[in-house]
Amino acid sequence: MQEIIDRIHAAESPLIIRGGGTKNWHGEDTKGEVLDVSSNTGIVSYEPGELVLTARCGTPLAEIEALLAQHRQMLAFEPPHFGSGSTLGGTLACGFSGPRRPYAGSARDFVLGIDVLDGNGQLLKFGGQVIKNVAGYDVSRLMVGALGTLGVLMQASLKVLPKPQSEMTLQFECGEAEALQRMNEWAGKPLPLSASAWLSGVLTIRLSGAESTVQAAHAKLGGEIHDRGAEFWKGLRDHTAAFFQDDVPLWRLSLPSTTPSLNLRGKHFINWGGAERWLKSDASASEIRARAAAHGGHATLHSGDKSADVFHPLPDALMKYHRRLKQQFDPRGILNVGRMYSAF
Amino acid sequence: MISNEVVRHLQAILPPHSLLLAREDLKPFETDGLTAFRNTPDVVALPETEEQVKQLLAICRETGTPVVFRGAGTGVSGGALPVDGAVLLAMTKFNRILDIDPLARTARVQPGVRNLAISEAAAAYGLYYAPDPSSQIACTIGGNVAENSGGVHCLKYGLTVHNVLSIRVLTIDGEEMVIGSEALDSPGYDLLALMTGSEGMLAVTLEISVKLLPKPERTQVLLAAFDDVEKAGSAVGAIISGGVLPAGLEMMDKLAIEAAEAYAGAGYPLDAMAILLVEVDGTQEEVSEDVMRVRDVLLASGATEVRTARDEAEQKKFWAGRKAAFPAVGRLAPDYYCMDGTIPRKALPAVLKRITELSAEYALPVANVFHAGDGNLHPLILYDANQPDAWEKAERLGADILELCVEHGGTITGEHGVGVEKINQMCVQFGAPELLAFHGVKACFDENALLNPGKAVPTLHRCAEYGAMHVAGGKLPFPELPRF
Ligand SMILES: Cc1cc2nc3c(=O)[nH]c(=O)nc-3n(C[C@H](O)[C@H](O)[C@H](O)COP(=O)(O)OP(=O)(O)OC[C@H]3O[C@@H](n4cnc5c(N)ncnc54)[C@H](O)[C@@H]3O)c2cc1C
Repeated sequence: MQEIIDRIHAAESPLIIRGGGTKNWHGEDTKGEVLDVSSNTGIVSYEPGELVLTARCGTPLAEIEALLAQHRQMLAFEPPHFGSGSTLGGTLACGFSGPRRPYAGSARDFVLGIDVLDGNGQLLKFGGQVIKNVAGYDVSRLMVGALGTLGVLMQASLKVLPKPQSEMTLQFECGEAEALQRMNEWAGKPLPLSASAWLSGVLTIRLSGAESTVQAAHAKLGGEIHDRGAEFWKGLRDHTAAFFQDDVPLWRLSLPSTTPSLNLRGKHFINWGGAERWLKSDASASEIRARAAAHGGHATLHSGDKSADVFHPLPDALMKYHRRLKQQFDPRGILNVGRMYSAF
Repeated sequence: MISNEVVRHLQAILPPHSLLLAREDLKPFETDGLTAFRNTPDVVALPETEEQVKQLLAICRETGTPVVFRGAGTGVSGGALPVDGAVLLAMTKFNRILDIDPLARTARVQPGVRNLAISEAAAAYGLYYAPDPSSQIACTIGGNVAENSGGVHCLKYGLTVHNVLSIRVLTIDGEEMVIGSEALDSPGYDLLALMTGSEGMLAVTLEISVKLLPKPERTQVLLAAFDDVEKAGSAVGAIISGGVLPAGLEMMDKLAIEAAEAYAGAGYPLDAMAILLVEVDGTQEEVSEDVMRVRDVLLASGATEVRTARDEAEQKKFWAGRKAAFPAVGRLAPDYYCMDGTIPRKALPAVLKRITELSAEYALPVANVFHAGDGNLHPLILYDANQPDAWEKAERLGADILELCVEHGGTITGEHGVGVEKINQMCVQFGAPELLAFHGVKACFDENALLNPGKAVPTLHRCAEYGAMHVAGGKLPFPELPRF
């Protein structure tokens, strides 16, 4: 830790914080010296009965998941890995969540506390290791998805959950409109849904829970059992599925789940019960953004030509408070400057 | 005192029925649910339109007048306690449910809507709003967002922060913003998390969209009796590490059991030292399996008796005692003071033991009711405010209990907020750098500290005075500060 603090103190120009480096592609391209934080590793505490795990942020995600699995527990937001070296810190800084997100919650939902080094190299400890905590502003959750622009994440405590006893992936042939209707209707019923996606005429859902519950839901809903379900969801989660394998720009659209098909040029698949749409398209950024915004959503450029902004532009009022918060936590402008928006 | 000039400005924008100035009208607003603190406000504004709220904040900004927002006033940390010279802005007239979208499972509501009213309106669609504070018939969703309120079902369904999709706020600078969205995330920083639980210190909330959940197919409640509090405490951990995530997991100690039984006749075993109430929900099959598993764990953990409710009526009866616990305990003494610390579950036995000792030292009885699944304690300190020094004693005992929670790796408030009540304990929970960061965050949104000034985050001077400033490496932080 001292080494990282010294680097921040000594820095006269922006640093690029790097954990496992598996998500270097995410966000705007930035310039600066690399601040490698991947050696800040180790699980600090884990007691299954508490449902809480605390680890240093350089700890590989895979190590955390393996330990949890030994106790039949899991990170319920099903974090994408995007490579073998991904760390806890990078996962939280990007704030990505996997297929279980609409049913279980997002990365930030499971964060209980985070220790950060601010732009002055000062260690700040927010939140804690208990499930309920409303002392002080919720700065630990503010750090999730902030892309390291507000602080270097050093240690985090997460709520973990028991792993479901069994899971089953089912497939149904159906069109897009019908799939959207079903995903939303089913989510409003007491069904053990834990993922749902639609791609090229096939609706795929995952059921999780007690064996009997999963069986009963299968009997109710019908559908064909997918015999490599786990692989299917992992392919969507980590973008290793065939859909992602070409050079066309990749966009992520986050939308209200009932939004009808946007009819944008290119191919797309629907995830998160309708709330996340991945689009492979060479349509212009402005067209994609306008269409998403018209439905109350936003669009992020995941890969492709970054001459357009990566993130959806913010209204002026929001931008004003973003800049003030950046100024508050990183007054010298040292940490991941410009990674999110060029303005800070 | 608020100046006549400010009052004249307010009169210009608000009709007479929306501006209370007479002493007898102001009196009901002198306190919130933490009645030990009272302060009659100078003026109470009850605007009916957003335009009026905007104009009111503009007047406050231009005249440097502080504002305290208020929902239903059920808060129990003094969040809505009037501040000298401030306008008390009550949002209760904004009480309309604007839209329920059953397919998207969302409700868009005004901040003055009561928590329970949302679930009532959603019931027609088989949906409900999950966070259910015990005050849900009265408290407003605006207050819930400001306090990040919880309830008995937090362990499985989360707090307010996990169930709000977006809010529309107005800052003291007059900036109106939508934070969050009806999608599952938004670009930029997670300001929704920052605003939730910010105790009316950063902005006023004008509109809120919440997530609705499908009502579970089936619910079942188990009641387990223990002859030892420690065994009950370990049973809680055993249920959870056994892989069941109960919808509710509550614990009551002997004094609370006796009080609740006398009050509600819930059929609680009076010879027990502690009882656990375990609610499991889900599909038919899931509930049947979970009931069996929980039963086994309870018996293996040394429960002297485990009952499963025979029908819905008995489930209600089991809960009736728990839900009536506060008023029931209230009958044991003229006054009670409710604490809200949270601890890691494993610390439960040690903390309970120490609370018993402290109760004896202060000669004030303490009844314990908790959201055991979350490790959230609600020790109820019994006292008689008419006795000299009784409140001061109760307050000191409360402070000791909260500091005990911090010592065991917990926190001073799980769901009730800091307000004015726990402001000294913030000095124990956090060090100077975090407190300064909180003040910095506040200044980002409210540079001149006009919103709910003096609450939630103590000044370093105050901490120095409280004498609890963390000493790092033998040196007090900020030695240049005067300590008085
Ligand atoms: C008997 C009883 C049981 C309770 N049980 C629980 C429980 O189980 N769980 C729990 O978490 N709490 C509980 N509480 C505490 C309380 O009900 C909650 O904190 C509730 O959220 C407060 O809502 P309110 O509308 O009464 O807010 P108020 O008390 O009026 O205000 C609370 C805070 O919110 C701010 N505020 C209110 N409206 C707005 C707005 N529109 N914009 C910005 N700020 C605003 C105020 O400034 C203040 O800081 C209980 C209280 C009582 C009296």
